[in-house]
Amino acid sequence: MEFFTTLPWPDIVEATFDTSLMLGASFVFTLLLGLPLGILLFLTGKNQILERPRFYAALSFIVNVLRSIPFIILIIVLIPFTLLLIGTSLGVAGAIPPLVIGAAPFFARLVETALREVDHGIIEAVQSMGASTRQLVCRALLPEALPGIIAGATVTAIALIGYTAMSGVLGGGGLGDLAVRYGYQRFQDNVMIVTVALLIVMVQILQMIGDRLVLRFSHK
Amino acid sequence: MSSILEFQNVSKNYRVRKCDIPALTDIDLSVTAGEVFGVIGHSGAGKSTLIRLINLLERPSGGRVLINGEDVTRLDDAGLCALRQRIGMIFQHFNLLSSKTVADNIAFPLRIAGRHSAAEIQKRVAELIERVGLTEHTHKYPAQLSGGQKQRVGIARALATQPQILLCDEATSALDPQTTQSVLRLLDEINRELRLTIVLITHEMNVIRTLCDRVAVLDSGRVVESGHVADVFLHPQHPTSRRFVYESEDIDEETMVTAFSHVSGRLIRLTFRDEATYEPVLGRITRQCDVDFSLLTGRIDRIKNVPYGQLVLGLSDRDSGRNINEALRRFREEGLVVEELN
Ligand SMILES: Nc1ncnc2c1ncn2[C@@H]1O[C@H](COP(=O)(O)OP(=O)(O)OP(=O)(O)O)[C@@H](O)[C@H]1O
Ligand SMILES: [Mg+2]
Repeated sequence: MEFFTTLPWPDIVEATFDTSLMLGASFVFTLLLGLPLGILLFLTGKNQILERPRFYAALSFIVNVLRSIPFIILIIVLIPFTLLLIGTSLGVAGAIPPLVIGAAPFFARLVETALREVDHGIIEAVQSMGASTRQLVCRALLPEALPGIIAGATVTAIALIGYTAMSGVLGGGGLGDLAVRYGYQRFQDNVMIVTVALLIVMVQILQMIGDRLVLRFSHK
Repeated sequence: MSSILEFQNVSKNYRVRKCDIPALTDIDLSVTAGEVFGVIGHSGAGKSTLIRLINLLERPSGGRVLINGEDVTRLDDAGLCALRQRIGMIFQHFNLLSSKTVADNIAFPLRIAGRHSAAEIQKRVAELIERVGLTEHTHKYPAQLSGGQKQRVGIARALATQPQILLCDEATSALDPQTTQSVLRLLDEINRELRLTIVLITHEMNVIRTLCDRVAVLDSGRVVESGHVADVFLHPQHPTSRRFVYESEDIDEETMVTAFSHVSGRLIRLTFRDEATYEPVLGRITRQCDVDFSLLTGRIDRIKNVPYGQLVLGLSDRDSGRNINEALRRFREEGLVVEELN
């Protein structure tokens, strides 16, 4: 009984809300940035319609660099950039730039992979109809790769939950912050447990939505 | 000028590890408007490369490809898109969009062209679905169709923009024999009713035999023989063409030669065509000239609409060959082709 009565409910509700907000906002920006980046990676890759070996190598390198920096370090490295962009590196808003920059390259790679899964014959057939590159991408490639892209977006959203918890530790607020303040600094195990439980529930919900959508759009 | 498509001295090399590997050499071909032109060749002969040069899915390394007298390699991007909308293409593996229904797949090239209202598209799609006999499958996805049905969708899609030329890249190679026949019948219908020029490539003699007016035999990137299908396949000159004929008739040349070496008398191959196929010429002439014959092998069939018969006979007489010579002369007089085999 003591487990529940000593829980700081208002803080928990607020932290959950903050995490959802960080997750939602950074997810939207990750999609907006990662999708075009993934398409660009795909199109300029080897044997693809806009093959540009040097451009691809350069872009690919940048993406790899961003993906190989541990997220906690990325937050710190990006503080000047975040200050410039948002005005603060703290709170929900301050957490979003590093989240997006950490997740977008990851998502872009998943988009590239999903596009590569599209049968080359389909690209050829659409080209043989006289489609422009833009029509090819928007009307054929994206619809064909949609299930794969949704699966990638789901994985990215779940990775973002992990990232939001980390950015909480560095002043981002949300469930991560709560876990550190109560669980780590005041040894309140029950807060820690509830936090983890909430994160698990979030992951489960996202995965379920993602799986449903993949099924909905998959006609293979 | 009734030639709708022309290859002039075309060559194509592929660059593999800084080396130019020739895939096609010195190709000269001319396709007449309204005909079905077939290209036959073994795997790796360069058939796909050849057909893909027509709509510039591949660029030629040398020579010119003319469509209606216009050099396609000189077109700019807009010109190329317009050209491609006038050329339909179907594929061995159908290449349908798995995310779109039958109707949406067929509407796709019309939407790409962007010149048609939604109502027009709907009407045209309904017509095409009816034409290829898929009315009850309109709202299915490709994954729910059989191979033959998928190829019918492919054909309807290729016809959507009312092209002048239809390119078929091994369109029936993934289908069973019965489905192949029904797809070939559909293509034949389309060719006759729409006066649509068809260029097809295949490695199956049967496809050429049922559908094509003229054929080119491709071997290691070169055209080794070409002409009317009946001419090429009743009297193949090049070893590759001969091999295709024997393969399609399940004949092993060597076994045949050894078997016939035991036959006494003269070995003759007689070829009848058109009306002569159904005339009792053989019986009449051998009787009149007092010549005996043994029938060794033969085939009575049709090549597209041309009935023909081709028989290998062993001829003997009691007059040291004079009667036989007389019989052969009369066969020729009747318009049959006579070839001596020994
Ligand atoms: N993109 C490519 N790069 C390098 N070489 C190629 C390429 N495409 C084809 N080739 C080569 O060109 C030759 C002709 O190939 P092509 O695909 O035209 O043959 P095909 O007659 O269609 O054979 P199949 O019946 O097996 O489809 C082959 O030797 C092949 O290896
Ligand atoms: Mg091929």
